[in-house]
Amino acid sequence: MNPPATALSASASETAATHCVIADAAVALTVEGALHLAEEATLVVADLHLEKGSAFAARGQMLPPYDTAATLRRLAALIARLAPRRVVALGDSFHDRRAAERLAEADRSLLGQLVAGCEWIWIAGNHDPLPPAALGGHAERELTVGPLTFRHEPRPGRAPGEVAGHLHPSARVVGRGGGSVRRRCFIANRERLVMPAFGALAGGLDVLDDAFRPLFHGAPFHAFMLGEAVHKVAAHRLAGEARGGHIQVARRPVRRPAAR
Amino acid sequence: MHGSEPTRRCDVSAVDRQPSTWPSPRPTSVLVSVPTAASPADLLPAPFRDWFARRGWAPRAHQLELLQRAEQGRSVLLIAPTGAGKTLAGFLPSLVALAGRPKRSRKPGIHTLYISPLKALAVDIARNLETPLAGMALDITVETRTGDTPAHKRQRQKHAPPDILLTTPEQLALLLSAPDAGRFFESLETVVLDELHSLVTAKRGDLLALGLARLRKLRPRLRAVGLSATVAEPDDLRRWLMPQENGEPANLADLVTVKGGAAPEVTILPAETRIPWAGHSAVHAMEAIYDQIRASRMVLVFVNTRSQAERIFQELWRVNEDGLPIALHHGSLDVGQRRRVEAAMAASELRCVVCTSTLDLGIDWGDVDLVINVGAPKGASRLAQRIGRANHRMDEPSRALLVPANRFEVMECTVALEASLAGAQDTPRVRAGALDVLAQHVLGMACSAPFDADALHAEVTSAAPYHDLDYETFERVVDFVATGGYALRAYERFAKIRRGQDGLWRITHPAVAQQYRLNVGTIIEAPLLKVRLASRKTGGPVGMGGRVLGEIEEFFVEQLSPGDSFLFAGLVVKLEGIRDNVAVVSRTHDEAPKVPMYAGGKFPLSTYLADGVRGLLADEESWSRLPDQVADWLRIQKEVSVLPRRDQLLVETFPRGGRFYMVAYPFEGRLAHQTLGMLLTRRLERAKLRPLGFVASDYSLAVWGLGDMGAAFAREKPALGDLFAPDMLGDDLDAWLAESYLLKRSFRTCALISGLIERRHPGKEKTGRQVTMSTDLIYDVLRSHEPDHILLRATWADAATGLLDVARLSDMLMRVEGAILHQPLERISPLAVPVMLDIGKETVAGSAAEDILHENVDDLVREAMGEAFLEAEHGAGLPAATVLS
Repeated sequence: MNPPATALSASASETAATHCVIADAAVALTVEGALHLAEEATLVVADLHLEKGSAFAARGQMLPPYDTAATLRRLAALIARLAPRRVVALGDSFHDRRAAERLAEADRSLLGQLVAGCEWIWIAGNHDPLPPAALGGHAERELTVGPLTFRHEPRPGRAPGEVAGHLHPSARVVGRGGGSVRRRCFIANRERLVMPAFGALAGGLDVLDDAFRPLFHGAPFHAFMLGEAVHKVAAHRLAGEARGGHIQVARRPVRRPAAR
Repeated sequence: MHGSEPTRRCDVSAVDRQPSTWPSPRPTSVLVSVPTAASPADLLPAPFRDWFARRGWAPRAHQLELLQRAEQGRSVLLIAPTGAGKTLAGFLPSLVALAGRPKRSRKPGIHTLYISPLKALAVDIARNLETPLAGMALDITVETRTGDTPAHKRQRQKHAPPDILLTTPEQLALLLSAPDAGRFFESLETVVLDELHSLVTAKRGDLLALGLARLRKLRPRLRAVGLSATVAEPDDLRRWLMPQENGEPANLADLVTVKGGAAPEVTILPAETRIPWAGHSAVHAMEAIYDQIRASRMVLVFVNTRSQAERIFQELWRVNEDGLPIALHHGSLDVGQRRRVEAAMAASELRCVVCTSTLDLGIDWGDVDLVINVGAPKGASRLAQRIGRANHRMDEPSRALLVPANRFEVMECTVALEASLAGAQDTPRVRAGALDVLAQHVLGMACSAPFDADALHAEVTSAAPYHDLDYETFERVVDFVATGGYALRAYERFAKIRRGQDGLWRITHPAVAQQYRLNVGTIIEAPLLKVRLASRKTGGPVGMGGRVLGEIEEFFVEQLSPGDSFLFAGLVVKLEGIRDNVAVVSRTHDEAPKVPMYAGGKFPLSTYLADGVRGLLADEESWSRLPDQVADWLRIQKEVSVLPRRDQLLVETFPRGGRFYMVAYPFEGRLAHQTLGMLLTRRLERAKLRPLGFVASDYSLAVWGLGDMGAAFAREKPALGDLFAPDMLGDDLDAWLAESYLLKRSFRTCALISGLIERRHPGKEKTGRQVTMSTDLIYDVLRSHEPDHILLRATWADAATGLLDVARLSDMLMRVEGAILHQPLERISPLAVPVMLDIGKETVAGSAAEDILHENVDDLVREAMGEAFLEAEHGAGLPAATVLS
């Protein structure tokens, strides 16, 4: 009766991933926050948000201009390790429509090499509805691989086999002696999966936030929290920011402080 | 030049009598002539003499002294205890000068600028000034300008400024960043800085020092008057008030000191019941405190943390048989609630207020006749200022009672009491100016007018906190303001300020100035959540409609799970959940709430008191000053273990319950001990001693693990001297810091102050949560790609003196080199009991905690002091141990 997705935190020398089954497809969740389909030789990363730093700089907040390099370096290392035939960038790969124009030369060249090295698919996101043609790869709104459908924004209600990004899930657990840990995470049940953001400056949204409710509509799910291994935690064990709000307040009609 | 004349001092004894809360309706009849260079008749114009005489007052010596110095154009630091008429002394010269101006020929302009750390204080002073102005029919306009001043009034003030403007450091920064700053301040003669001692030790002081430097550039002959409570190093403040020049000896303002009034009557609550081993709530003393309240008109009960305030408030009401009006006041409470308490105090409607340092400063709220300080005083000056809150008349002694909450605190109180009687001071030194504040100021100056980098550097280094700032660092700060200052020069096209062909730096777009104005200031609140009481219909859902109780650090709420209970605003409440930055709580009758551990309010023990406690510990003869229980405790410690000399660091090791413990007694305060604990566990890890955890108090540090540390130290593998070697502050510290959330918290503050990220957007308020998330990510990226970035330098400087207290740890490690005393033991020592009890407290939660701890207490005490002692103690009819806090 137990879901087959047991937290096998394999040793780092092996794959540093946790295996689970989504809609009968075996997938591996890596410690970097990527999804690996070994049989399809396909690697999936979500929400790279390249050039987020420079997007803020243009508005007067000079965030470190190293986020794109940091993100790409991690991605390159992952590709070198897993040698996929196909890479799927699951939307919001660029922080805004003009982000690709702002890429530094070294970053552009590294990204070009990565894209040229395999079949590269840019899934459209809300930040980057039209991924840049100049960088190679091809753009899709969705992609279907066996029982799995890859799209940027998860659909409300049931969506068997859906793998999505967009929401930047993160989760928090409290230790028995106090203290708490917040990490980016995958969240999944046996039907669907939401991936963590891969970008260095992409923040997180607590998985107990209302935004996740339409995806699981009260059914149990697990968070796979990123650390030195991928830690599988049942939803009811999460502390969240909104757990009480979610379960005790929001589910029943909420009397707001009068919409004055 | 001011600095070339010999320093003049004026010590004025407080023999004259004048009600301290001026102007006061209470007349006094005793007038005593005072020794001054000139007689009052020479200095005070007739309307002022008459006004004083009509009220039956005489001007005080220091008030006249300041008048005289003003006529000579001198800047002055006035140090005076509470109730000395400090504020009138500061304003009197301006009032005299303004009253003497010929009418009609005046063009409007600010003559005197008054700056206070508290908005409320500025408003209070404005009200107080009305009486003499009306009494003498003086044609002098006084206005306040704070964050609360409506826009139309600010606008009007720009066109028709008052003679005297009362404001805050943030508002001054805003005024100086305006393009019309030069015109606005063109008549300025005097700036009065109130509560200077509290301003200069924080980043607000840095901002103010830079503002003062700019004011001096606009008005080179400006006179600065600092008003301060007694401090350890008056010269720091005298220097702070004056422009400093390169290569010249320090330029000091004149010093006028008013000696304290009657010596305070301070006592320590006699130990009638058993003094707890650990904890901070002093529950054992609640009846005694209540008796004091009953016997007094109005009592202020000071505590160190908001959680203690909540706890003691709760306990007092538990014993409040007479239903006396006892109120609570701390920084987390709803502002409206605080204002109500203050008003009730001023109207003498209360008998007692339990409060934190929110009531430490300036404002005179009422007729307090007793101050009770519960827990550790933490510092001699801090205690003296609190004691001064009782009785605002200098000629009557302030009465104060110290209530130590545990045995170490008994020792600390004993030392603090003696220090306060001797008038010893241990206020912190003025710190070096922060670079994030400088970045904010540089942008502000660019908003005001194009600047030349050399000239601005010269101006900035004339401010004492920035006197040692080298040009290269200054350039990096300017570069940071312009484009983020990254080695990878990627943002030139987005620059906020740019150097033109004329060599001057100017803002690139008016929007930059707008952005600056929205982000000015150095007060960065911890991310806060509103605490709202749920409205609960019978059997219905928990809603959000209840009243707001106040605000609480998100950090604390994150430690809780829904269903956990805690004390807040005097209520025991249960966390229902968190929604939209509101912690929804409901009332509960849980008897054992988790106590809030607010992030703020934990002052470390001052080095001065720490040294005193070490001295008391080492000197058996002096134990006669201690209650018998405490003296016995030390005697048994001496028998079964050892007591360190004043200059030694004692380290005890012993096994207990299958684990091995090391307890060290540096007495350097909790923050430094926490940092030490982090670093020691890394080193013990490397020595394969398998440490499992540590706990730190203000006095000591306990580390436990699976390896036999005592045996290892005996074999010198590692030697204790190596374990505690100061080089731990090198690589180990760096490695630990990479992941430390403490540094991330400091980084967030620096990122906001320096303007790297915005506090808020027009119409789009960032929540604390989003800021926390993104600054952590920024920190990680920056640290791994440009570890020597100027903002990381600022962060490090902050943490070193703040949350990590590395500076103090470093001093301690140097001090004890070659003086570490290792005492291997078979079992726990008496001195180790308090910190060992903290271990239990931090890991055990819930309603069973009381019982578990009680068991623990007896076990630990039996082990440490022997069976016979425990029986004697219990058998003597003393109540059982009350240890919980």
